[in-house]
Amino acid sequence: MHDVTYLRPDTIQDAVQLYRTTPGCRPLAGGTDLMVMLHAGTLRPQPRAVLDLWSLPELKGVRRAGDALEIGAAEPYTGIIRSADASRYVPALVAAARTIGAAQIQNRGTLGGNLANASPAGDTLPVLLAYDATVVTDRRAIPIDKFFLGYRKTALQSDELITAVRFPLDREVVFRKVGTRAAQAISKIVMAVSREPARIAIGSVAEMPIRATNAEQALSRGDGAGAVAAVIDDTHPIDDVRSTADYRRAVTQNVLRELLDASARE
Amino acid sequence: MLSRSPIGQSVPRREGVAKVTGAAKYTDDLVFVGAWYGKTVRSTIPAGRLRSISLDPAFDWSQVVVVTAADIPGENVVHLIRDDQPVLARVGGDIRHKEEPILLLAAPDRPTLEAAARHVRPEYEPSTPVYELDGALEVYSTIQITKGDVDAVQGEVIERTFKVGLQEQLYIEPQGAIAIPEPGGAIRIIGSLQCPYYVHRALKRALKLTDAQAIVVQAETGGGFGGKEEYPSMVAIHAALLARKAGRPVRLIYDRHEDLAATTKRHPGVITHRTTVGKDGTLRAQDIEIVLDGGGYCTLTPVVLSRAAIHAAGPYSCPNVRIRAKAVATNTPPNGAFRGFGAPQSLFAAELMVEHVAERLGISSVDLRSKWMLRLGDTTATGQVLTESVGSELVLDAALKAAATVQPSNRPTVRRGRGLSLVFHGSGFTGSGEKKLQGTIGFEALADGTFRILTASTEIGQGTKTIFCQLAADALGVSLDQVVLAPQDTSLVPDSGPTVASRTAMIVGRLVQEAAVEIKQRLGRGEKAPLAIQKSYIQPDSLSWDETNYRGDAYPIYAWACTIADVDVDLVTGEVRVTDLVTAVDCGKALHPVMAEGQIEGGTLQAVGWATIEEIKMKDGGYQNDRLATYLIPTALDAPRIRTILVENPYSRGPFGAKGIGELPMDGPAPAIIAAIHDATGVWLDEIPATPEKVLAACALR
Amino acid sequence: MRFTLNGSPVSLDVLGSRRLLDVLREELGLTGTKEGCGEGECGACSVLINGEVVDSCLVAVGQVEDCDVLTVEGLADGKQLTALQQAFINHGAAQCGICTPGMLLAAHVLLQRTNRPSADDVRVGLAGNLCRCTGYTKIIEAVLSCTT
Repeated sequence: MHDVTYLRPDTIQDAVQLYRTTPGCRPLAGGTDLMVMLHAGTLRPQPRAVLDLWSLPELKGVRRAGDALEIGAAEPYTGIIRSADASRYVPALVAAARTIGAAQIQNRGTLGGNLANASPAGDTLPVLLAYDATVVTDRRAIPIDKFFLGYRKTALQSDELITAVRFPLDREVVFRKVGTRAAQAISKIVMAVSREPARIAIGSVAEMPIRATNAEQALSRGDGAGAVAAVIDDTHPIDDVRSTADYRRAVTQNVLRELLDASARE
Repeated sequence: MLSRSPIGQSVPRREGVAKVTGAAKYTDDLVFVGAWYGKTVRSTIPAGRLRSISLDPAFDWSQVVVVTAADIPGENVVHLIRDDQPVLARVGGDIRHKEEPILLLAAPDRPTLEAAARHVRPEYEPSTPVYELDGALEVYSTIQITKGDVDAVQGEVIERTFKVGLQEQLYIEPQGAIAIPEPGGAIRIIGSLQCPYYVHRALKRALKLTDAQAIVVQAETGGGFGGKEEYPSMVAIHAALLARKAGRPVRLIYDRHEDLAATTKRHPGVITHRTTVGKDGTLRAQDIEIVLDGGGYCTLTPVVLSRAAIHAAGPYSCPNVRIRAKAVATNTPPNGAFRGFGAPQSLFAAELMVEHVAERLGISSVDLRSKWMLRLGDTTATGQVLTESVGSELVLDAALKAAATVQPSNRPTVRRGRGLSLVFHGSGFTGSGEKKLQGTIGFEALADGTFRILTASTEIGQGTKTIFCQLAADALGVSLDQVVLAPQDTSLVPDSGPTVASRTAMIVGRLVQEAAVEIKQRLGRGEKAPLAIQKSYIQPDSLSWDETNYRGDAYPIYAWACTIADVDVDLVTGEVRVTDLVTAVDCGKALHPVMAEGQIEGGTLQAVGWATIEEIKMKDGGYQNDRLATYLIPTALDAPRIRTILVENPYSRGPFGAKGIGELPMDGPAPAIIAAIHDATGVWLDEIPATPEKVLAACALR
Repeated sequence: MRFTLNGSPVSLDVLGSRRLLDVLREELGLTGTKEGCGEGECGACSVLINGEVVDSCLVAVGQVEDCDVLTVEGLADGKQLTALQQAFINHGAAQCGICTPGMLLAAHVLLQRTNRPSADDVRVGLAGNLCRCTGYTKIIEAVLSCTT
């Protein structure tokens, strides 16, 4: 930490260039993950520089972009929560943002950071899956269902920067997170569901956020009970410091049942 | 002259302005030019032998200071009770727990310190660790309390076993001390601590210092709850060894991870009750077994066991009681003091036992408590006759009256329930503890017309400084701002005893009061300031305690509490939310009502956390929950609405009738919450924390 | 680098990747902001950056270039405490005091942003500030007493 260079590009082009040409360079947005690991010395490999993207105007904002809602990769969750457009078009994302940490974390946490970390427990990631969001980078657009490749492993190239996330305007998604306490909690399971098209996305039940494809098949046939039964086969939860595999399986089914009941009532 | 006494007034906290402006200086806020940073290197195995420690020559060791057991000038012991815990494991010696300190480092800056630590190469010979509670390693202490003859009693027998878990004190300011070498071979310790004289005694033994050479000063301390009762001695000795070798001040401040991984926790344990009752619900016999896990070294375990045993029968009158308690060693980090100190553990079991008996007999548990509770003139399990200030009925009535009607849940998957508990907690040290301690304060009338209290009792948030000034100002008939306190510095103040055991207001506050009265009398007789006196605790003749047979007056007095907890249980996830909690507390007299409520509210939430979300999972003898992201305490959003009712039922020897209540709030909520979960769902849990995993599994079995 | 700290301009030559928390406490000698965990969990290190409450252990100091930073030391006007600080004293909302600076800043911003917050609003607003002493009861009382 004490010899880590601080780089602050003024434009996204400069950022991309610096990222490409600086050895051991880590992008930094709100710092809610990176700064903890930097201080604890747990990053591997040890970074030589941080690339501060936080203030780049191109990475901020919540705006309509054609037939999509576009959220800047470095827009803090508070900005998403306060955005009228976000509440209108992606209320499940707003709901998820409200469950992240508390005020301090919401003021700094970002979708770009969540995506780049690709934690299996990331609270917004199942929501992105359920919306069929698109990850926009400095060079291409990656559909979210192609983004997560494994445990903390993404499709991003080694010098690729996330610039925005795009959402469709017409998708209805419901969301629930189960954590150990009401605020400031890493999820035990986190789920986002869309009925039409059938999307059941779950975090903390595998090495990455997943789409429960067996359950989705049942759901697309209109078979909610079948979806609840099948979802077990889509998940591979583990026992860890937070919870147990048995609990995660049981709660996955219970929460799916609850979300399907709730969305049926609407 | 003061027209109105500050007693019973919620006057502003003495150090309040400093705390709200950020001016209050805690240990890590203090600046010492040229100070180095210290670090403790710790065992990575839970059991075995430390074969060697080598220092990798790839690192330039001339930049740092290294301290091993060989550098300890005095005894390699963190002095407490049994003196079994080394300051540093010695090469060739035993390792008894993961995170056991093996070596100390100091460096001019943190990067060098961290680099040095990475180049320390210990070698171990691991042995098979013991985690079972069967006493295979060592039994630290056994206690038996006998009243009447449980084996001779007939009736219906109900048996149940309960388990209670580890808990971290989680003071928001981590452990830390700064050691400064001073002339004449002296060492000054400035630290985050509750008991300056505990540290003083330990420092003298390890560093071979005289009374005057060991100087211990308490800095503003960000929470203690018992976690800074005995552990700071270890930190202080470590810092002192480094400072002495470095010839300069050394800052040894733990980060949260180290604090969670290595410092003492509440003793977990298993408690079994066999209760014999008559058909009409008469309590005929209580046969209780307690096993507490002390961890790798003894620390305060015998005293924790003592309090657990004495409170184990609950606040009930029973003619035949047998309590067999033992505390054992395991290869886990040593457990230590935490608010309640054994009583929350044993009262958890005692209170749930009432619920189970009530259920078996088909009687309401409130009625059963009314039938069984200790009242004035009754005799406790140790044979103590309660001769005054028995608040059992008062608090039960007050809590029941205050509790709002339960509103049914309006969500089909959320069940609502209510539970109640009745507890008592001995104020002050057990038995002859206060007599042996002979806590002493100093009191001065200064030439400028102010008065100064000299006490080693520490302010750790509970209001010591404010309350002592209230007591003195009242006795002297002066305004509050005419009373000051000397710093909690062992070179300046006598030993009034540790800031523990719910004794500070009641025992030491009484000394402050008596001293102030005496000073006032002497001034009244024409003596002129400056005047200085000392006052020491004198045990009343009416109290008698048999330490060998554990019989007699265990405590000078008891405080009482009744807690009613309301919970929502989510059947989808098993989550338990404590929504409301009412607690009525017989505190004798509320010297400062807001502070008394503050103690109750804070202790209550700690107990709520212990009962619900504060879980520690072990792995290979170490805690898996070793970061604040994984050891979870309640946030403002988790906390229930807590309503406190102060019941004033004076104790003749407390200042204005006040009884100590610092720990009592820890005793009631956990069993009340378990009873509430049962009320909501029909399931009985026998273990805390009542995690959603356990609740969901139990509900599924129904 | 330059920023505004408690209303006054500050100019520092410091490694941009250092934690804002450390720079405040060490280079700038403002020890009111506390380290409780270093992980962004406890909120004891809370400061305001451009009027938003954040954990300063998660902010690289380079990131506050040209920003407005407010710490607990910047709340009172000399000896004149804010109504909120006075309420904390009056209601017994500070016991050991270690969480108090962060708690005050989070509450300060909550009161600025929310008209007549309810007790639940206050709980949400303070959910990122852990307190172990008070059970939060008197903190919530103190904050509610300041709503107009």
